[in-house]
Amino acid sequence: MTGPRLLAALCLAALVVAAPAVAQPSSGVSKPKGGEGLSLRELGEQLYAGNCSSCHGIDGRGVRSPRPGAGDVPSLGPSLRGVGELAPDFYLRTGYMPLGNPYDQPTRRDPLQFSDREIRALVDYVGSLRGGPAIPAPHPEQGNVAEGQQLFTEHCGGCHQVAARGGFVTGARVPPLGDASTTQIAEAVRIGPYVMPRFSKKQISDPELDSIIAYVQRTKHPVDRGGWGIGNVGPIPEGMVTWFIAAIVLVMACVVIGERIRA
Amino acid sequence: MIRRAIGVVDSRSGAAPFLTKLLRYVFPDHWSFLLGEVALYAFIVLVATGVYLTLFFEPSLSNTVYHGSYAPLRGMEMSEAYRSVVDISFDVRAGLLIRQTHHWAANVFVAAIVLHLLRIFFTGAFRKPREGTYLIGLLMLMVVLPEGYLGYSMVDDLLSGMGLAIGYAVAESVPFVGGNLALLVWGDPYPGHAAFESRMYITHVFILPAVIGTLIAAHLTLVASRHHTQFKRTKRQSERKLLGLPTFPGQAPRSLGLMSCVAAVLFLLGGLVQINPIWQWGPYQVAQSTNGAQPDWYLGWLIGALRLVPGFDLRIGDYTLVPNPFWGGALFPLLIFVILGIYPWLERRLTGDRGYHNVLDRPRDAPGRTAFGAALLSWILVVFFAGSMDRAVVTFGLSYAAQVWIYRAALVVLPPLVFLVVRRICRELQRSEEVEEDQHRAEAEARAARA
Amino acid sequence: MRRLLAALLLWLGGGRRRRREREEEKERIVEPAPKAPRAELVVVALLLCAAAAAVAFIVFYAIDGLRGQTQWFGLALGGSFAFLGAALILWGRELVPVEEIEEDYPEREHPEEQEAVERIVHESGTRITRKRLLTAAATAAGGAIGLAALTPAVSLGPVFDTGSLYSTPWRRNRRLVDEDGNPLRVDDIDEGTFYTAFPEGASQDTIGAPLVVVRIPAGEMALPADRADWAVEGIVAYSKVCTHAGCAISLYRKPLFPPTAPRPALVCPCHYSTFDPARAGKVLFGPAGRALPQLPLRADRRGVLRAAGNFSGPVGPSWSGVRRKGARS
Repeated sequence: MTGPRLLAALCLAALVVAAPAVAQPSSGVSKPKGGEGLSLRELGEQLYAGNCSSCHGIDGRGVRSPRPGAGDVPSLGPSLRGVGELAPDFYLRTGYMPLGNPYDQPTRRDPLQFSDREIRALVDYVGSLRGGPAIPAPHPEQGNVAEGQQLFTEHCGGCHQVAARGGFVTGARVPPLGDASTTQIAEAVRIGPYVMPRFSKKQISDPELDSIIAYVQRTKHPVDRGGWGIGNVGPIPEGMVTWFIAAIVLVMACVVIGERIRA
Repeated sequence: MIRRAIGVVDSRSGAAPFLTKLLRYVFPDHWSFLLGEVALYAFIVLVATGVYLTLFFEPSLSNTVYHGSYAPLRGMEMSEAYRSVVDISFDVRAGLLIRQTHHWAANVFVAAIVLHLLRIFFTGAFRKPREGTYLIGLLMLMVVLPEGYLGYSMVDDLLSGMGLAIGYAVAESVPFVGGNLALLVWGDPYPGHAAFESRMYITHVFILPAVIGTLIAAHLTLVASRHHTQFKRTKRQSERKLLGLPTFPGQAPRSLGLMSCVAAVLFLLGGLVQINPIWQWGPYQVAQSTNGAQPDWYLGWLIGALRLVPGFDLRIGDYTLVPNPFWGGALFPLLIFVILGIYPWLERRLTGDRGYHNVLDRPRDAPGRTAFGAALLSWILVVFFAGSMDRAVVTFGLSYAAQVWIYRAALVVLPPLVFLVVRRICRELQRSEEVEEDQHRAEAEARAARA
Repeated sequence: MRRLLAALLLWLGGGRRRRREREEEKERIVEPAPKAPRAELVVVALLLCAAAAAVAFIVFYAIDGLRGQTQWFGLALGGSFAFLGAALILWGRELVPVEEIEEDYPEREHPEEQEAVERIVHESGTRITRKRLLTAAATAAGGAIGLAALTPAVSLGPVFDTGSLYSTPWRRNRRLVDEDGNPLRVDDIDEGTFYTAFPEGASQDTIGAPLVVVRIPAGEMALPADRADWAVEGIVAYSKVCTHAGCAISLYRKPLFPPTAPRPALVCPCHYSTFDPARAGKVLFGPAGRALPQLPLRADRRGVLRAAGNFSGPVGPSWSGVRRKGARS
């Protein structure tokens, strides 16, 4: 009796929460006309002026206190001086930037709003503002998965879930790492985007980072020796399988068996 | 051949009269009467697979370093208990099948018990003379929950450890004796004495299964001695006369068939759908935790309750009388079980109906009971779903704080609403049936008059 | 070979014939029902499938290095039971007489036997003159023996002394070390991240051992006056075990750009109790009933972090009777 009721409740819940997710506004980006003809630096400057400077300020100086921006959205953003090429590469290739409302948590966007050349141009421009770290080149193949799992559990699992399936921390969603590239993981660890801690090389050395990335890569294709992985997040989907598959099949068996043959 | 076998048995035990009775014992044929059987068969699978697992499991918390065939864990320090379960999963042939089947069987066992309980409740099968059967069944559910929890906890993976920490906190939160109770059970402050693992083990593999087995025996004895209830669908049936299939040849192949179906579902799930891949969680240490940790579904209502309670410890001056986890982790389930336990007497008091009942009510026949049960169920389900608030944030992007308040509001608003709506539906159904009956009667009379 | 087959067929068919001869000798107990040869064949087929699947299981078991072994096992064994179940259900529906028989419900009560029991008990007690005294003595004996039988259970744990719940391995001057035993230095601790620390030379796997260590930016520290010297250059340490239900606090929420993100907090992943590391571990959100216990810190001459005492309060989940002050070494 609870089977259908559970299912109905679940569908309802899904509908209620899916509605706002679908109605996400698409923030338009402005691109210079004839961008193909511009040099990389010129393109970067123009893209920056058109899409980033309202929040990150002219020359990446940042906007520390909110001021009125386009529409009703305030302008507010951190300084980009000294972040190097590492940070813009991460934010642009994950689609975290550009961000419609600076108070929103940036989330992964697919497809990206800038082309590869445009991203390279912006990365080059921001990197030129006052130097800073270059785009990292991790070597997960040199990492040790066992060490990576230990380090991941210690530093990352509390938020990202031990199999990197994402999670929740009060006030923010924690993204699953299934879509994160090895470079992006390395970048995020050093940046600490939004409310994530920032880990220096003293705390997590580059070889250790390689191990962590090797482990995360492994979680993308976990050893599902036991069969269908049902999301690798543990008991919630297991409970659903119990009720929506096992319980329903067995109740159906009961109905077939208990069916009255004679009136 | 048969005659000779019976002769041998009967002359030694005098069982023939009993046997003829047993073979012609009557089973009323309604599908919902089979839900308890599903639970029984899941229990049989649990015992069979569980015995196999004990042949490989090492209930020890002493430290070891893993060198087995699962590469990502190699070189990691862990307890013998966790190591042996990883070995069962990777190095014992068919070990993973049995382990997963065991775990699925536990999930299905509790689900079948709950379905069975719902059937009993909504049809009024708990009424005199079957209050004892009902209470034993309820008691079994209360024993099965910690039994499942222990199985989940013995493995000593990351999720086990977090679950045990919460269990310890709930034990500690019992007013006046909490601290003493936790120390008694754990032997030392958390994570407890090394012997705690053996305590869990003997409780999980012997004490509680023996209790469950005994309760099953008592339950079935009582069922058989008072016979099954029945739905009234023919004039031949009454409070004194039962109609149905005999054990043999009617019921036996059906029940055996159901047993095979239960085993089929459990083994198919055990082989095809992964459950609790402990190698992905890694071993437990006090200083470690993971996001989105959850208990098995049948304890989901407790994690929901723990999360919905506002943050306070009940203090008198500097003396903490009731720590927070008590409300959601102990009082809430206790309250539910007490309500369910006293319900037969409560209903007797409210309706003044003290009679014998062998004939069941359809849910609509007892609008008050059905409405009450639905309201109680909705209350539990709200708390149950609150247990997955954090995954709802990840999956749907809902605000956690907002969900907490929505669920708290639903706890107050939903049950009365469900009560009123369900009672109304029952009454409408009754009324429409009466109208239909009147119509039939009128038609029949008209026909008679014409003739 | 052919003769063997013929003999087999004869035996299978013959069994049927012989049984037929015996039928209808007496009045039947089981109702008669029509034959269903086609269903019979289906049942036979299903049973043979069950047997085949069971044999397949044994074969799969014998194969070394079978890919997806667990899945093949599950399919074979589960399939075998599924075929068997289908065969039995069909058997129950088509191959046995489906009778509906009546039975009287058992007698509701047995007044004569009830009275007999009462009289047996009553009459057995007629020799007794001091009934109450005897009952009291028997109760005393039973109760005392019961208690005596339970007494050894007290050895399970220090049940009467909850003092051990207050104790932690921390004491003044104990160094903070990481998981591998390396001491934590003031210079190693960065802002914007968190560290897990343990007491040097003590077990890491106790509830009182693990610490979460963070460095609070200069302007944001807001410790109460009596704890002003508990931080070293903005570095504070708290018990890593949640005061609500004992899970490890392994979430540090730390805004990269504070104007647009929630403030720094330590969060427990079990029930999302949220604590403020800048304000002495105060509860910001969630079900926790008391602040996170803080460990006073100091730095020695080499810049290594050491405990300057024990925690501000008992570590781990609250128990009934816990006082807010007083962790012990």
